[in-house]
Amino acid sequence: MRAKRRRSLAATFALLPTWIAAILVYIGTMIWSVRLSFTDSTIFPSSNYVGFAQYARLFKNSRWLASLENVLIFGVLYVGGCLALGFVLAAALDRKVRFESMFRTIFLYPYAMSFVVTGLIWQWMLNPTLGIQATVRALGWQGFVFDWIVNRDMAIYTVVFAGVWQGAGLVMVIALAGMRGIGEEQWKAAQIDGIPVWRIYLSIILPQLGPALAASGMLLSMGVIKTYDLIVAQTGGGPGYSTEVPAKFIMDNLFERQNLGLASAGATVLVLSVVMAVAPFRYALAMRAGRMGAHR
Amino acid sequence: MKNTMKLLVVGAALAAASAPAHAEDKAKAEVMTSWTSGSEAAALDVIKREFEKRGGVWKDSSIAGFGAADAAFQNRLVAGDPPAAKQAVLGLANADFVGQGLLRPIDDIAKAGKWAEVLPKSIHDLITYNGQVYLSPTGAHGESWVFYSKDAFAKAGVNGEPKNWDEFFASLDKLKAAGIQPVAWGGQSWQESKVFNMILLTQAGMDGFLKIYVDKDKSDASVKSVTKTLNILGKLRAYVDEGAAGRNWNDATAMVITGKAGVQFMGDWAKGEFVAAGKELGKDYGCMLAPQSPGMVYVADSFSFPKIADAASQNGQALLAEVAMDPAVQVAFSLKKGSVPIRTDVDKSKLDICARKGLELMGAGRIVPDQALILSPQQAGALNDFVDEFWSNPSENSAAAAEKFFAIFE
Repeated sequence: MRAKRRRSLAATFALLPTWIAAILVYIGTMIWSVRLSFTDSTIFPSSNYVGFAQYARLFKNSRWLASLENVLIFGVLYVGGCLALGFVLAAALDRKVRFESMFRTIFLYPYAMSFVVTGLIWQWMLNPTLGIQATVRALGWQGFVFDWIVNRDMAIYTVVFAGVWQGAGLVMVIALAGMRGIGEEQWKAAQIDGIPVWRIYLSIILPQLGPALAASGMLLSMGVIKTYDLIVAQTGGGPGYSTEVPAKFIMDNLFERQNLGLASAGATVLVLSVVMAVAPFRYALAMRAGRMGAHR
Repeated sequence: MKNTMKLLVVGAALAAASAPAHAEDKAKAEVMTSWTSGSEAAALDVIKREFEKRGGVWKDSSIAGFGAADAAFQNRLVAGDPPAAKQAVLGLANADFVGQGLLRPIDDIAKAGKWAEVLPKSIHDLITYNGQVYLSPTGAHGESWVFYSKDAFAKAGVNGEPKNWDEFFASLDKLKAAGIQPVAWGGQSWQESKVFNMILLTQAGMDGFLKIYVDKDKSDASVKSVTKTLNILGKLRAYVDEGAAGRNWNDATAMVITGKAGVQFMGDWAKGEFVAAGKELGKDYGCMLAPQSPGMVYVADSFSFPKIADAASQNGQALLAEVAMDPAVQVAFSLKKGSVPIRTDVDKSKLDICARKGLELMGAGRIVPDQALILSPQQAGALNDFVDEFWSNPSENSAAAAEKFFAIFE
């Protein structure tokens, strides 16, 4: 008993530096940012508290409100699009096609690129005077119009395109690995019953891939909140505010506009919304783990 | 290693020979700017060469993009590792740095160089905080310019510079009819708000302009001026190509240089791009003030000097402050960058007709300050947002938008 306690004491000491670092660096800076959001700090931190004034200004700011709406549209379509396209690609490769490894590389390749490169490529392709529209017109279809990137109502979807193009490969690899783990017998059994292939994927394979898809969905969602580089490279938030996102709003206010208080308020709202989205999940997981522990 | 030593010895000898005051510690300066386009880099090189000629060691830390350079600078400043000098636009943005005691005053150098006598008083006031000079100005820029391609004008049958907005729009129609892109537009919000300002000056006049931006006046007259400005701005949408969104200013200038587009609204730094492309003013391209403009919107650049412990860098700061204000350097710098020398006592014979006109307007006091000089960075940002939102939304009504304009001061 005593030996055990001593050992755990040693372990505690060994972990102490990490704990201190985690508390100081992560929690400490977070508290510091929240504190700043209640001050009137401009370029340098100040200690002049103004209550919720920065939050009031934030939610009166039409650019911020637009950015929240945009990140919601982008997030849902990006995660959904990546999962759907990734699954379809994985299913296609799972059919034991020729040159599978080559296709796998090609589909995964965009994921190896930085969002800046992705954003620039799509900016050029979608630019009506340079890219797809100009090419098709040069081929003879003079009336062809594809100007979504300069259209306020459609620009956000062009960012979704670029995001899905980049992210689908990741889902594909994870889903493909999951599919390969599913036993051959299930396939044989289903084929004896004469179930069409698409139905097998939808009703038998897909439910078993739940954890794999949930993991990739989580990875992608974390990317959504911090979406910044893709927007900056592809649209710069424009036209107008039509592709503005919270992370870009915060960065702009932090540096260019020298408005630490407002930027911290934005960051705090962002953290709170993530906590609100993640907390129920964690809670449910913890509950389930607790119940399983009790059964054992 | 041997070579480095040799260089150091030679450098030290040079420094000792040319600047006996700084004999012990060789002048060294890491200079951070956002001057990265062809003409800007060439202009910066003028200062660099003179700096090196006088025995300094120059380290370039330029970062493309004004905002990106500012962000990097602030990070390094707060981290206690600032560069020796940073390009700074004259105006309110520097007041916080001075207030926090992060910048080094260069009053002794300014006194020795008699800056108070050779600079316009308004500029000298702008570089002075709490009675001490902090900034070493490099040049002033006029921002009310319209550059046009003589070739494109000739092809479209436009004779001479349009005198008012009606004639101007008639010329744009002619350009359009001739199959030339009428306006080379840089679809970034800072460029759009510069166009907004130059139109506002033509509609509100100098007093009206200052009333709106300095007194934040919201009288009927001010609202009307803004409405008229937005009407003209809105009308311009029809003359801009689809690919304009996000276009850099120098890419837009290139469209005029190659004759693909007729005109560009831009500050006179665009002239630097024409010069860098080997074009000749008056023959290949022309410059005119925005139609009916009573004067010119201006902005001015300078170097600021963060407090730094290293003695060599301190000497470098002193040397750079001197070099940037040297009359010959000011002229050579302006020729490359397209700006106007900020000293009034320089040799004007080498300046082109636009720069001379700019200098004349400055001398006559027919200038109004750019938003960097009179608005806080936050308000200037809100102005950019406002103009960009209006520009990208053709269904927006000018009168309704004009009411929203005054919210930028909140």
